[in-house]
Amino acid sequence: MIGLFKVKEKQREQAQNASRGGGASVKKQSAGELRLHKDISELNLPSSCTISFPNGKDDLMNFEVSIKPDDGYYHNGKFVFTFQVSPVYPHEAPKVKCKTKVYHPNIDLEGNVCLNILREDWKPVLNINTVIYGLFHLFTEPNSEDPLNHEAAQVLRDNPKLFETNVRRAMTGGYVGQTFFPRCI
Amino acid sequence: MADLDAPQSKTRDLDKLLLRAGNLVGPDFYPGAELRDDIREYVRVLVVGAGGLGCELLKDLALSGFRNLDVIDMDRIEVTNLNRQFLFRLEDVGKPKAEVAAKRVMERVSGVEIVPHFSRIEDKELDFYSDFNIIALGLDSIEARRYINGVACGFLEYDEDDTPRRETIKPMVDGGTEGFKGHARVIVPGVTPCFECTIWLFPPQVKFPLCTLAETPRNAAHCIEYAHLIKWHEVHGGKSFDPDEPEHMKWVYDGAIKRAELFGIPGVTYSLTQGVVKNIIPAIASTNAIISAACALETLKIVSGCSKTLANYLTYNGGEGLHTKVTEFERDQDCLVCGPGILIELDTSITLQKFIDMLEEHPKLLLSKASVKHGKDSLYMQAPPVLEEMHRPNLSKPLYDLMGRVQKDTVHVFGTALKNEEKQSSLTKLRVVFKGADGVTDMDTAIGA
Repeated sequence: MIGLFKVKEKQREQAQNASRGGGASVKKQSAGELRLHKDISELNLPSSCTISFPNGKDDLMNFEVSIKPDDGYYHNGKFVFTFQVSPVYPHEAPKVKCKTKVYHPNIDLEGNVCLNILREDWKPVLNINTVIYGLFHLFTEPNSEDPLNHEAAQVLRDNPKLFETNVRRAMTGGYVGQTFFPRCI
Repeated sequence: MADLDAPQSKTRDLDKLLLRAGNLVGPDFYPGAELRDDIREYVRVLVVGAGGLGCELLKDLALSGFRNLDVIDMDRIEVTNLNRQFLFRLEDVGKPKAEVAAKRVMERVSGVEIVPHFSRIEDKELDFYSDFNIIALGLDSIEARRYINGVACGFLEYDEDDTPRRETIKPMVDGGTEGFKGHARVIVPGVTPCFECTIWLFPPQVKFPLCTLAETPRNAAHCIEYAHLIKWHEVHGGKSFDPDEPEHMKWVYDGAIKRAELFGIPGVTYSLTQGVVKNIIPAIASTNAIISAACALETLKIVSGCSKTLANYLTYNGGEGLHTKVTEFERDQDCLVCGPGILIELDTSITLQKFIDMLEEHPKLLLSKASVKHGKDSLYMQAPPVLEEMHRPNLSKPLYDLMGRVQKDTVHVFGTALKNEEKQSSLTKLRVVFKGADGVTDMDTAIGA
């Protein structure tokens, strides 16, 4: 390997004489960003889901997805999720939170979402598309077995008709128990 | 032979390696005083991190004949560092690690010059890194390693026949420790696998389902994560949790205790709380010493050729007995960070639209619906529609201008490629070289003039 630094010496002498332009600019390669850009360009979303970039095209690591379920209890409601992608993507799952206050067994009032692929079941082969489909699934098939909001889960389990009424009231804007839900339909 | 009879000199041990030939030497090894003196005079090494590994590395490199060292670390000294970061004393708590480390080693090793940098690695310009001959890493996160790897491999250039250009290779020696275990590896961009080539080696992080934390905790870690991830935001609203703030950590610990009492779960302690929240694993001085020694030795070997280099990944486990193994990992030829990519020669007048059309015809690519990214800038995205619209104005501009008018640079393209009759999603690295730009004369005009 000695050749390495001997040549380097000469190079540095030359560099001190000539001036280097262009070349080493302040570009920083980020393999995580590359993979994210690819995932975004390959998004295959149903018409009920739209994506937006509040920080414009220069910050694709933070974006929002809005989901309008086309059937089930949450039919016609509009729910917005924020995505925050870390520099070590796809090694780490994107951080997803629900911006819309919703009455749902798997989404709590702070906006935390209980979805397995966002935490314990995340694998680097998954991508943004699979996460969005997972979120969509939460609305078409709410799950009373992994609850973050255990009152909602209990009602879903014991009294589906009441659950349906509660969901509708929350979406049109109203109280369910002590909590007020702003309109999202 | 005169040296061996002379009274013991400071460089006695180093002389044994550098002043005489041997059977295990690398290629291009020229023993002699000139080699030893050249290392002292000319070689510049950057030590990234001045913690457990960094302190040991500075000491080892200074004592191995290196005289021009730099050290960079963004942290200040804490009391818990003092069991192993031996360059620091109780009265140094609160001072920047890089500055104290540099000062202490310079006090003990005469002639060595260490320049400390109290800053984040991301805040330094690329020119800063290009001045060093070797970079030795004593980091503690995947993110930081990935960053430095990207920077070092970014200097790598290839010839037309896809061979790495020797003078652009910037070797790195990377060490890492965790309790009784550690690793040391040699990364020579273009020759050995880079950090990205082997990133699949990392296992996924342990993450508990949110519903388990919220409803059905079963162990102490669940209680701690409940207080950390769920209860914190409920009580503190917008304020973000700072694991380095002892008050925050104490709050989480108290919350975890309450939760554990509610569910009758034993085992919540303050040190477990730190471990779960901050991923702190108790550090052992000897592991750090062993791994740094391996790294410093590899640095010496790379620079001098006095022995064959580690090829290329050493693992160490001192938990039960002592075990080390060296594995030779292979490069990923398609690596997006250190791979050669495909060479593309273009005219400076070509527009982004024409470039994208070209990719479809290019025999090695056959890439349709291409999106283009240049470093941090996204030049064009085919989808989704909202982004396509934002990028559309770029299509009519010359690619040369969009890329900042540099004579050559790396570009990444992704889209659908046709491979073996099948359509596949593809992400490829391209080396774009512009003909007719400054420094490269157009053959026709040269002959004409």
